[in-house]
Amino acid sequence: MQIIHSILIANLARLLRSFGRRMIERIWRLGAAARLFFLTIIYSGESFRRFHLTLREIYFTGVMSLLIIIVSAFFVGMVLGLQGYNTLQKYGSSEAIGVLVALSLVRELGPVVTALLFAGRAGTAITAEIGLMKTTEQLSAMEMMAVNPIARVVAPRFWAGVISMPILAALFSMVGVLGGYMVAVPLIGVDDGAFWSQMQANVDVRDDILNGVIKSLVFGVACTMIALFEGFDAPPTAEGVSQATTRTVVISSLTVLGLDFVLTSFMIVV
Amino acid sequence: MDRTTIDLWVGVFVALGIAALLGLAMKVGNLTSNKIGDTYTVSAAFENIGGLKPNAPVKSAGVVVGRVADIKFDTKAYEAVVTIKIDERYEFPKDTFANIYTAGLLGEQYIGLEAGGEEDYLKNGDKIAQTQDAVVLEKMISQFLYNKAAEPSADEGAKASDEKASNAKSTELGDPPF
Amino acid sequence: MTSNIVEIDNLSFGYKGRLLHKNINMVFPRGKVVAIMGGSGSGKTTLLRLIGGQIKPTHGQVRVDGKVVHEQNRDGIYKLRRTMGMLFQHGALFTDLSVFDNVAFPMRELTDLPEVMIRDLVLLKLNAVGLRGAHQLMPTELSGGMARRVALARAVAIDPNIIMYDEPFAGLDPISMGVICDLIRSLNDALGATSIIVSHDVKETFLIADYVYFVANGEVTAEGTPHDLMQSTLPFVHQFVHGEKDGPVPFHYPAASYQAELFERTSR
Repeated sequence: MQIIHSILIANLARLLRSFGRRMIERIWRLGAAARLFFLTIIYSGESFRRFHLTLREIYFTGVMSLLIIIVSAFFVGMVLGLQGYNTLQKYGSSEAIGVLVALSLVRELGPVVTALLFAGRAGTAITAEIGLMKTTEQLSAMEMMAVNPIARVVAPRFWAGVISMPILAALFSMVGVLGGYMVAVPLIGVDDGAFWSQMQANVDVRDDILNGVIKSLVFGVACTMIALFEGFDAPPTAEGVSQATTRTVVISSLTVLGLDFVLTSFMIVV
Repeated sequence: MDRTTIDLWVGVFVALGIAALLGLAMKVGNLTSNKIGDTYTVSAAFENIGGLKPNAPVKSAGVVVGRVADIKFDTKAYEAVVTIKIDERYEFPKDTFANIYTAGLLGEQYIGLEAGGEEDYLKNGDKIAQTQDAVVLEKMISQFLYNKAAEPSADEGAKASDEKASNAKSTELGDPPF
Repeated sequence: MTSNIVEIDNLSFGYKGRLLHKNINMVFPRGKVVAIMGGSGSGKTTLLRLIGGQIKPTHGQVRVDGKVVHEQNRDGIYKLRRTMGMLFQHGALFTDLSVFDNVAFPMRELTDLPEVMIRDLVLLKLNAVGLRGAHQLMPTELSGGMARRVALARAVAIDPNIIMYDEPFAGLDPISMGVICDLIRSLNDALGATSIIVSHDVKETFLIADYVYFVANGEVTAEGTPHDLMQSTLPFVHQFVHGEKDGPVPFHYPAASYQAELFERTSR
């Protein structure tokens, strides 16, 4: 009995210790990420002075994500249209489907799903690219050439992500609304005028659309920074880079969902 | 990829983004219908505003003429003081009536203005004297139940008179002639 | 102006209490090719990083052109690095840029030269390493030897005073090795620069080096001209230079007695 007891305590202690170690590791990484963020802001001047560097990254993060964003948005909009109609018509208010589709997209799904897709499409690419640059000593080489890798590599990617995200989110919302329209009006037969007029009467430019843009901006900062940090912090091995890429997706997704709750609770307060 | 081609694509991308934002603002949002230019402010006191919220529409004859700017509670009169901003293009007589209505059975609440007949118009800072409170569903239901509860007495009265009448009839008809 | 462009004084460096280098003293005279040799893991590459100011010494100092590297602020270090070129072990070419853009990179980043002049200079450098014809290829399309040559062209792109080579011969076929070997010597003499070679390839290094330092167990164990070292009777140098399997550097990683370990296994 005594032995079982002591084994239990020993195991518990080990568990606590490893938990504590992991928490300290997390906090350490958080601090390092914050430092990278501040350095990125400080050294951003150069990436603005030579804007073609940022333009190039907008091409890789933004333009290359267009297809996945537009296709997903269309399907999400269509599903919203179908599900919304299915529920609303029970209450005899199928005309409100436009409102439902537009508000869900503009307030939540647009910014959030875009950020999740962005993390999967562009975030992983950023992490893998920077991790590989580190593994193959390209960052080291840059430093030895007296070129600051944060100014030359990190900052342009950061601003490209921050600029691309709201654009992608706006596109997502707009295409999603069109998808919902396609299902509701030609397919189901909801009145065309009612669809748009109800939507316009209930979607506020400041409360809904502007807040959606603010959300996507915040998500843009978070997702891009996480991807950059994971790449920068990856152990310089093939395994390290692959794990960092996975972490980018996991951490970005959780951060986006958590931030969404926080931002929404700020925005909903009247 | 050539630098110029990238520029082109990024240009297309940004243009698409701006178009989507404009589309959201114009087609999905209420930017076009929400345009209130210069306004003047009037206030109105209500005993109960129900679920009225700031920025709720102020309508007259169904047309949006303004928005609720602010809602305060007056601790002296124990009333809600609602400040509303009305578009300068629309003028209302001093004896205009302010109601709180509900759009649909469960919809959002708005203020309806019904113009009176006076010749002087409301000016900035004026107070609308005649108001009618929001219809509170609970109140309505309790009133309904109260009425319902009050009815049986009337019913009984009717029954009693019926009986009387039938009695009268029966006496009239069934009275055996002695 | 001293005759030594780089001087390492009493340098110690280590991570978390474990010293990688102990009291290292080295001098690198102007215009010479100096080699640092030693087994894998003896901290040769770390010495280059210390010279480049990427890491700070635990004790002692590194002076480049009379300036103590670790006392410089960020701008000072960057200023010093502009006078250095470095060839990384695996080339470290920027994989998203073409050969031309790789060589042009330091010029575009560090100078305000017009694009026309950059073009001429890049072609000049590429011509020097014999790869002018490959200027529009991407790094992934190059063989190992070609990539090393492009990296060399990039390292000398802005005419550095100090050129550092990290294992320039590792993993190359004999022909490429010979080419790189010649290039290091000829570039050094043409630019009037000082070359620091970190390597464990005895034959090639001895061919071009003016002076050689041997590093083992974190200390300079031997130094001298290649000719002197070939004759050296020091056991470590002898083992290294002649590539003998066993000697002061043991073949076996420290372990318990083989017999004991076998017995332990069977008895369990």
